[in-house]
Amino acid sequence: MTKLGSRIFSRLVIIVPYAWLVFFFLVPFVIVFRISLSTTAIAQPPYEPVFRLADGISGIIDNIRQLSFDNFVWLTEDALYINAYLSSIKIAGISTILTLLIAYPIAYGMAQAPRTWRPTLLMLVILPFWTSFLIRVYAWIAILKPEGLLNQLLLSTGLINEPLIILNTNWAIYIGIVYSYLPFMILPIYSALEKMDHSLIEAAQDLGCPPISAFWKVTFPLSLAGVVAGCMLVFIPAVGEFVIPDLLGGSQTLMIGKTLWTEFNSNRDWPVSAAVATVLLLILVVPIVFFQNMQAKAEERGK
Amino acid sequence: MTKWSRFNVASVALGFAFLYLPIVLLVVFSFNESRLVTVWAGFSTKWYVSLFNNQGLMDAAWVTIRVALLSATIATVLGTMAALSLVRFTRFRGRMLFSGMVYAPLVMPEVITGLSLLLLFVAIGFDRGFWTVTLAHITLTMCFVAVVVQSRLLSFDRSVEEAALDLGATPLRTFFEVTLPIIAPAVFSGWVLAFTLSLDDLVIASFTSGPGATTLPMKIYSQVRLGVTPEINAACTLLIALVTVGVVIASIVTKRREVQRQRDEHAAFAGG
Repeated sequence: MTKLGSRIFSRLVIIVPYAWLVFFFLVPFVIVFRISLSTTAIAQPPYEPVFRLADGISGIIDNIRQLSFDNFVWLTEDALYINAYLSSIKIAGISTILTLLIAYPIAYGMAQAPRTWRPTLLMLVILPFWTSFLIRVYAWIAILKPEGLLNQLLLSTGLINEPLIILNTNWAIYIGIVYSYLPFMILPIYSALEKMDHSLIEAAQDLGCPPISAFWKVTFPLSLAGVVAGCMLVFIPAVGEFVIPDLLGGSQTLMIGKTLWTEFNSNRDWPVSAAVATVLLLILVVPIVFFQNMQAKAEERGK
Repeated sequence: MTKWSRFNVASVALGFAFLYLPIVLLVVFSFNESRLVTVWAGFSTKWYVSLFNNQGLMDAAWVTIRVALLSATIATVLGTMAALSLVRFTRFRGRMLFSGMVYAPLVMPEVITGLSLLLLFVAIGFDRGFWTVTLAHITLTMCFVAVVVQSRLLSFDRSVEEAALDLGATPLRTFFEVTLPIIAPAVFSGWVLAFTLSLDDLVIASFTSGPGATTLPMKIYSQVRLGVTPEINAACTLLIALVTVGVVIASIVTKRREVQRQRDEHAAFAGG
């Protein structure tokens, strides 16, 4: 019994989560793709054709004939969508670079901190990540408003004479993304820097390398894996970000996550939103696979 | 020991100021007398009173807590299983696909996950509401649990498990009596992470929710669009307090367990 029992046990351990993810993660993408080939209809659900087993094989074949790539053609014809994709990639790219520039010195400082302090510092970086994303974005509205706290501060110090318009511009989005995703960038860089062998720096300096070039020649290359992981963790979700552009960005801000949301919730055009999601997924598939390979490699090294 | 230079201290201090200042301001202005969230007009707790009298918000909070408790618990079981499969079974058919499906949701934009799950529920004719949000949250958060537990399993000393097996324990018993107690802190922090992720989620919940299952973030979002109010600040402050207390308790428990474990291991070596 024990052998059979253990076989069943180990099979179940794999099969249950596997089946769950196939059904709730993989199958939905197939459905998204299939609906992206449909046309909008005033019906419930609001697209056609709808596949029904009752239609029999001929009915299903008939339905398959009705599927078309029209929605994808539509996406390329309307400049709104192309601009939204391009501007999402641009905004996500700029935000990722800004996040890296801010996160690196923090991670570096943390890795240099006295050993006994490090767990506390780490905890302090993780803590805001546990408080609601929505709340953290919302908090910035009161700060960035024209009559908000930042402008009050700057006006009272006399640095500016009239309030800066930040809210409802791309700058507010950059600030929002940098702020919300900062821990995702700090953590991998910190863990790469923390593992680093300090004798390497000492060796470089003993051999006459000035501190700054020792940093660029030794420290930075050794932290590169953390930098790349952090950039992926920021860039990929930022491209499809909805909450930040919606709350902090203006009406003219184009980001594909927002476009998809509007298309779906306001225009109720399910096939076009499915096509928007499919193209977004295709754009992100390369960085996602890259990220997965990195994770898998890290996992191999962990063994 | 390297010296903690002034530059390092400054960058860490500025970084933390940046991370915490907006949250601190939000909390401070929840106690503001005035309706304006940007002008201080004296201390008051009236927004908390009006918050507790806001039946809509209270209902939403109750839905959110039930979804979070249920989804975090199921996600922890599934995520732990997924972590075990990834670490212990290095070869099985479709392992690549499996690990892909575990890592991809971590970075997948929420609008895609939300939309695809909604279309699944519509396709199978599942009425949207409490259960669809819960199922969606399980799917998302189990992957986070899997990653947390996986990192613990990778640093796991397998010889204790092998000893139990050699002494005739069944794999099932070995898991529950040897493995699980050792990885428990990681499983627990996975649960806390899943719980807070579910508590926070706006986008996926908005797609997959239906009538009667409005969650707190959805409610907050719809009010925020109408304007910033101190009442929302008060709701956010309570959420922050809840999460902070949860995380602090979790870290104390984890630390105690860790100390206990080290003591046990020490005793075991001394005894052996």
